[in-house]
Amino acid sequence: MGADATRLAYLVTIVTFILALRFLSSPAHARRGNQIGAVGMLLAIVVTFSQKSVLSYWEIAAGMVVGGGFGAVAARKVKMTAMPQMVALFNGVGGGAAALISLAEFHRMAPAAGSLPRDISISIILSALIGSVSFSGSMIAFAKLQELIQGRPITYPGQKAVNGLVFASCLAAGAVIVAGHEAQWLLWAIIAAASLFGIMFVLPIGGADMPVVISLLNAFTGLAAAATGFELQNTVLIVAGMLVGASGTLLTLMMGKAMNRSITNVLFGAFGQVSAGAASTAAGGTGAVRPTTADDVAVMLAYAQKVAIVPGYGMAVAQAQHDVRTLADLLESRGVEVTYAIHPVAGRMPGHMNVLLAEANVPYPALKEMDEANAEFPRTDVSLVIGANDVVNPDARSNSGSPIYGMPILNVDQSKAVVVLKRSMNPGFAGIDNPLFLEPNTMMLFGDAKESVGKLTAAVKAL
Amino acid sequence: MSHNTLLVFEVTILVLAIFLGFEVISKVPTLLHTPLMSGTNAIHGIVIVGAMLVAGEGHKDTLTLVVGLVAVVLASANVVGGFVVTDRMLEMFKKREPPKKDADGS
Repeated sequence: MGADATRLAYLVTIVTFILALRFLSSPAHARRGNQIGAVGMLLAIVVTFSQKSVLSYWEIAAGMVVGGGFGAVAARKVKMTAMPQMVALFNGVGGGAAALISLAEFHRMAPAAGSLPRDISISIILSALIGSVSFSGSMIAFAKLQELIQGRPITYPGQKAVNGLVFASCLAAGAVIVAGHEAQWLLWAIIAAASLFGIMFVLPIGGADMPVVISLLNAFTGLAAAATGFELQNTVLIVAGMLVGASGTLLTLMMGKAMNRSITNVLFGAFGQVSAGAASTAAGGTGAVRPTTADDVAVMLAYAQKVAIVPGYGMAVAQAQHDVRTLADLLESRGVEVTYAIHPVAGRMPGHMNVLLAEANVPYPALKEMDEANAEFPRTDVSLVIGANDVVNPDARSNSGSPIYGMPILNVDQSKAVVVLKRSMNPGFAGIDNPLFLEPNTMMLFGDAKESVGKLTAAVKAL
Repeated sequence: MSHNTLLVFEVTILVLAIFLGFEVISKVPTLLHTPLMSGTNAIHGIVIVGAMLVAGEGHKDTLTLVVGLVAVVLASANVVGGFVVTDRMLEMFKKREPPKKDADGS
């Protein structure tokens, strides 16, 4: 295939990617969009195979079978609750691929010092640097979400200084290469140091901030892909990579806004540390915790007119989404109006709760976004909070000493009654107290979310 | 085309892609933010093209070939896994549960 025909084919691929994103504006045709994007990707791969310069077909094909096979199996087998770590994993390998491309390309193109145009060497360094950070950062995010390592922030004194030093050494090595000293070991060193930086950069970030981190790492891999586009002078890589880079950045900013925290605060704030002191002064003992039983809650739910279900990460951990759906169906068959109030940062990735509930066959018009849900709480009889904590914490509205002060929350406390399903009174992430639990209209139903919901369903049936 | 002309051209499309990215994404509802992440995740799997180009020219040089092939493996996992996971997610978003009526448009 000639060079111009190839570029036109790549243009078709770019258009399919744009359509794929465009079709995501509504769940009705989003799936078709994704399929169009996949066809575009296939086209780009076929066209690349037909390049005269691309030899070693068999090796490449074998590599694709191995990688693609792993991707297909992993993507098919994974449970919906494990989706955030799966996305982190696929994101990481993409970043790793970008870093390796620049390593191979640098080795091929720079046999002697001073032989590379400056823009090419800059692109090689950027994709090696960003790709490595994305790779190792995503792997740490994966390990945290998979609970291979603890989800709480891991911090030590002088952390920021060490991280800054590692990052500065990457930039210094990059500057030496750009200046014309094109030694191979320098790029290996950049990749090693950037990987180390990625690890140290994600370790201090707590589990509840994962939606921001995952979407940022996604943007990083996009940028790394765009940088490889510059080093290989390939338009499809530049455009597709930058589309992802731009969209990932925008999504990251939106997540930060939903938490009312700047991105720098999320990334470098080491949340848990800062909050401990301020939070303990906050709970001004306004009442006592009122534990309740499944039978009592069942009566409240069964005779309510309107029930709002507020899911959080606890629902994902307990894998309770199907049981929640069963309970909601039962209530609806008794004439109760059931909606779901979804906070944008509930869970471990943007939109996490929506996917879980969709898996349980909840029709998406019942999933209410924050503003819509908040408008309905005053006329809601019972709010059923399942494994959510910070996103329903009224301190965010009223207590300026709280670390989450200013974060938009779901105002469940405005409904007539609140039932919180929670494992125990242990404070959640970062140890922030939640005065909602002490409100006079709040009752606590302790236990595993899945078991509690099951008991509620049984109790409603028995009525 | 000289090297610099090509570079200017590449920077031009890069900047246009930034605006296009912002524009397209701002229309995605929060309901679909997970599939959005996962879908863009699949799209940056386009690095597979770069991996193929690099590995394909690596026949003269073992290190380039080996590193390029590892990149091919990683990028293919990214592409296939990304699209499959996104498809699985989007398949689940239904307006109504199957047995009930499925009338009102869209």
